[in-house]
Amino acid sequence: MNWYQALTMILPEIIMLAMACVLLMLQAFLPERRKGLIHILALVTLALVAILTMRPYLVGSPVWPESILQGAFVRDRAGDLMKVFVEIVAFLALVYGKQYFRVWQEKAEDFYILVILSVFGMMVMISAANLLTLYLGLETLALASYAAVAMFRKIGLSVEAAVKYFVMGAVASGMLLYGMSLLYGATGSLQLSEIRTAVAALPAHDPLLLLALVFLLVGLAFKLGAVPFHMWLPDVYEGAPAAVMSFIASAPKIAGFAILYRVLVDGLAPMAGQWQGIVALLALLSMGLGNVVAIAQSNVKRMLAYSTISHVGFLLLGMLSGTAGYTASLFYALTYALMSVGAFGLLMLLSARGQEAETLDDLKGLNQRAPWLALMMAFLMASMAGVPPFVGFFGKLYVLQSAVEAGQIWLAIAAVLFAVMGAYYYLRVIKVMYFDASENEQFVSLPLDAQAAISISGTAQLLLGVFAGPLMSLCVWAMS
Amino acid sequence: MNNWPLLSLLIWLPMVGGLVVMFLRDERQGLARWLSLLVTVVVFLLSLQLWAGFDNQQAGMQFVEQVAWVPAIQAQYHLGIDGIALPLILMTTLVMVLVVLAGWHVERRIEQFLAAFLMLEGFMIGVFCALDALLFYVFFEGMLIPMFLIIGIWGGPNRVYATLKFFLYTFFGSVFMLIGLIYLYLKTGSWALSDWYVEPLNMQEQIWLFLAFLLAFAVKIPMWPVHTWLPDAHVEAPTAGSVVLAAVMLKIGGFGFIRFSLPVTPDASQELAWLMITLSLIAVVYVGLVALVQADMKKLIAYSSISHMGFVTLGLFVLLGALADPARQDALRLAMGGAVVQMISHGFVSAAMFLGVGVLYDRMHTRMIKDYGGVAQVMPWFTLFAVFFAMANSGLPGTSGFVGEFMVILASFQAGFWLAFLAATTLILGAAYTLWMVKRVMFGEIHNPEVKKLEDIGSREAVMLTVLAVLVLAIGVWPEPLLDMMNASVTHLIELAAHSKLG
Repeated sequence: MNWYQALTMILPEIIMLAMACVLLMLQAFLPERRKGLIHILALVTLALVAILTMRPYLVGSPVWPESILQGAFVRDRAGDLMKVFVEIVAFLALVYGKQYFRVWQEKAEDFYILVILSVFGMMVMISAANLLTLYLGLETLALASYAAVAMFRKIGLSVEAAVKYFVMGAVASGMLLYGMSLLYGATGSLQLSEIRTAVAALPAHDPLLLLALVFLLVGLAFKLGAVPFHMWLPDVYEGAPAAVMSFIASAPKIAGFAILYRVLVDGLAPMAGQWQGIVALLALLSMGLGNVVAIAQSNVKRMLAYSTISHVGFLLLGMLSGTAGYTASLFYALTYALMSVGAFGLLMLLSARGQEAETLDDLKGLNQRAPWLALMMAFLMASMAGVPPFVGFFGKLYVLQSAVEAGQIWLAIAAVLFAVMGAYYYLRVIKVMYFDASENEQFVSLPLDAQAAISISGTAQLLLGVFAGPLMSLCVWAMS
Repeated sequence: MNNWPLLSLLIWLPMVGGLVVMFLRDERQGLARWLSLLVTVVVFLLSLQLWAGFDNQQAGMQFVEQVAWVPAIQAQYHLGIDGIALPLILMTTLVMVLVVLAGWHVERRIEQFLAAFLMLEGFMIGVFCALDALLFYVFFEGMLIPMFLIIGIWGGPNRVYATLKFFLYTFFGSVFMLIGLIYLYLKTGSWALSDWYVEPLNMQEQIWLFLAFLLAFAVKIPMWPVHTWLPDAHVEAPTAGSVVLAAVMLKIGGFGFIRFSLPVTPDASQELAWLMITLSLIAVVYVGLVALVQADMKKLIAYSSISHMGFVTLGLFVLLGALADPARQDALRLAMGGAVVQMISHGFVSAAMFLGVGVLYDRMHTRMIKDYGGVAQVMPWFTLFAVFFAMANSGLPGTSGFVGEFMVILASFQAGFWLAFLAATTLILGAAYTLWMVKRVMFGEIHNPEVKKLEDIGSREAVMLTVLAVLVLAIGVWPEPLLDMMNASVTHLIELAAHSKLG
C-alpha cells in the first residue's frame, strides 16, 4: 500500500475538508451579492463527493484493504453506502435551508459551511478503524452542530438549546473518551481490530472491560438520544432553527449507527453477551418513552423529537441479532434519515419570517392551502408510523424480523405495541392537515428547488416502499 | 387476452387511475367523475374477463403471477385466485362502480374523494389476490390510509373520533398478525402461503398463531367484542364509504380466516372452534338484539352487519369437529359454502341498505328513524326497493340473504340442535329489526313536514338500486353459478383444514 493509493481512497474526505476551507474563505471575502455562489458550491461539493464515493463500484468491484493510514481509516461497502446517504440527506437539507433562511432574512452561508464540515466529520466517523479517528470525527460533527444550533443568536430559545446541546454533548464526549481510555488500558490498543482480538482473549467478566463498556455505551446513548440519556434532545429540537434541526435530526443518525457498529461489532463483538442486554433495555425504554410522550406534545418539533427517540429505539433493536440485525438497522437508519429530513424540511418550508411553523395549528387545513405538500407530509408521517406500503414499514419489518430471529419475540411484541401508540400522533398530523379547516386561506407558494426537494423526500417514501427490493439488497450486499 | 397479467391490471389500473384523478384541478370536477366511472367500469369488465377464463373444476390457484419483489427477504409479488377469491373480486369491482355513482354529488374536493376510492379498490383487490403473506399484509394495511381519509374528510360531525378509532383498532389488531407472519417466515424461509400450508407446527405454535390471526381478522370482520369501531365508523362515514366498508372491507376479515387461520393452523382452529362458535353466536343473537333498539338507521344497519358476519364465522368453524367424519362431509361443505355465499350476499344487501339510507340522508340530512314516517307516500319507487332489500336483509327465501343463512343453519343442526336454534333466531331478529325500521320510516302518517317535500329517486339512484336488486334476486333464486364457482375451492379448503400439522 503506497501513499498514492491511500490518498485516492480518502479523496472524498480530502475534497470535503478542502471545500469547507474554501467556502470559509469565500464567505469572508466574497462580496455580498455573490454569496449565492457558496450555496451552489456546497451543493456541487456534496454531489461530487457522492459520485466519487460511488465511482469505484460503478467502474468495477473494488477490494478494499483491511485498513489504511496505519490502521486509522477503513473503507468498506457499508461505510460507502452510509456516506452516500449522508451526502444525499445533507444535499436535501441544504436545499430546504436556502428557502428557510431567505424567509427569515438571515445569512445562510454559515449554515452551508457548517453542514459541509459536519458531513466531513460524519464521513470520518463512518470510516473510523481506530478509536481516535472515531473520536475526531465525532467531535468535528458535534462542534459544527453546536455552532449551527446557535445560529440565531438573537433568539433566546436557540441559544439556550445550543448551550444545553453543548454541555450535554461535552458530558457525552467525556464519557466516551473515558470509556475509550479504559478500553485502551485493558487491551493496550486503540485499533478496533486489535481490540477485538484482545477482548476475545480476556475473560468476559473482566471488570475493567465492563467498566469501559458501560462508559462507551452511555456516551453513545447520549449522542444518539436513547432513553434514559435523552433529556437534552427535545429541548434542542424545539429551540434550534428548523433548518438546522432537519439536518442534525437526520444524517447524524446514520453516522450514529456507524459508530455503534464500529465500536460494538468491529471492536467489542466478543462481548456481545454483555452489551446486548444493555442495548435491549435502551431500545425498549426509547421506544416506550418516545412514543408515549410524543402523544402529549402539541408542538410538532417536540413531537418529532420524541418520535426520533422512538426511532432510535428501533435502530437499537436491530443491534441485538447478528449480521441480519445490523443490516436491518442500517436499512432503518438510511430510510429514517430520509424521512426525518423530509418531515423537518416541510416544517421549515411552512415557516414564515420570525415565526417557525411548529405547532399543530400551523399545519391546519394544509390540504386546502397546498394539497401537494399535504400529501407529501402525509406520506412522510405514514412512513414514520410504519404503515405499508411506505418504506418505514419495511424498515420496521426488517428490524422486527431480526429481533424475532434472535429469539426476542417479547421485545418485538413490545415494539409493535409502541408502534401502534406511535401511529396515533402521526395520524394526528394527517388529521389536522386534512380534516381541520385552515385559519388563513393563503396558498403556499414555494420556489422550484424546494418543491423538487420535498417531492423527492415524499415520493421516495412510497417508491422505496413499493420497490423495497433494491435498497434492501444493497444493504445486504454492503454488510456481507 | 388470456396472456395478460389480468390480476395485476385489476390492482394497478384503479391505483393509476386514482393518481391521475387526484392531480386533476378543482375546476375539472366533471372530468374527475367520468374518468373514475370509466376506470371502475373497465375494471369491472376486466373482472368479468377473469370469470370467463376461470376454470370451475380446478381447486388450485389460477391466473398466477409470480416475480421476485424483495429478494433480501424472499418476498414475492405472487398473485392468484381460487373459486373463493373470484366471487369476492367480482363483487368488489361491481360495488365500486356503484360507489363512484353514490359519490357523484360530493362537492368538497371530489377529485381527492374519488382518488381515495380508486386506490382503495386496488388495495382490496390486491388482498383477495395475494398469495404471498407479506404482499397480503401490505395490501391489508394499505387500505387503512384511504379509508382513514374518506371517513375523516367527508364524514359526519364526529368523524375525527370515528376515523381514529377505526384506524387504531385495525392497526392494533394487525400488528400481532405481523409478528405471527414473521415467525412463520423465519420458520419456513418463505412468505408463500402454499409453503405455510404444508409446514408442520406444534400445537402451542398453532394456538399462538391462531390467536394472532384472530385478533387481526376479528377486528376487521368484526366479531363481538371487538366490533365497537364499526358502528362509529359507519355512522360517520359518507354513504360511499359506508358502502365499501360494509360490502367489501368486512369480507376481508372473513377471507383472512379462509386464507390464513383454517389452512395454516388447522389443529388450533379445531381446538379453538368452540371459542369462535361462541363469539359468532353472541354476534348473531346479542348484536341482533342491540340492532333492535337503535334509533339511527346507519347504526342499525351496522349492527345488523355484525350480526350477519357472525354467520360467516359460524359457518367456517361450526363443523370443524366433523372434519374426520366421512358421513358429515356434505354438511361441512354446506357450512363453509354457506359462509362464502353469506359474504357475497351480505356484500350486495348491505351495500343496497347503505345506499338507501344515503338516498334519504341526501334529501333530509338526518339518519334518525324518528324524523321519518310515511316516506312511502311521497317516494313510492324508493319504497319498493327499500322493502325488497329489507326482505333480503331479513333472509326471506328467494333473496340472496336466505341462501347463505339457510346453508349455515342447516349445517349447524349437525353440530347440535341448540346451536342451530340460536343461529336460527337471526331469521326472527333480522326480520324484526329490519322490518320494524322500514315500517317506522316508510309507512304510517307523515308527521314531519320535511318528508312531504321529498322527491322520489332519480335515474342515477334507480340504476344503482336496480343493479343490486337484480343480483340479490338472481343469487336468491338461482345460486348455482356462484356455488359451482367455489365448489372445488371449498372442498380444497376443507382438505387443508382436515390435514393435521402435528407430529
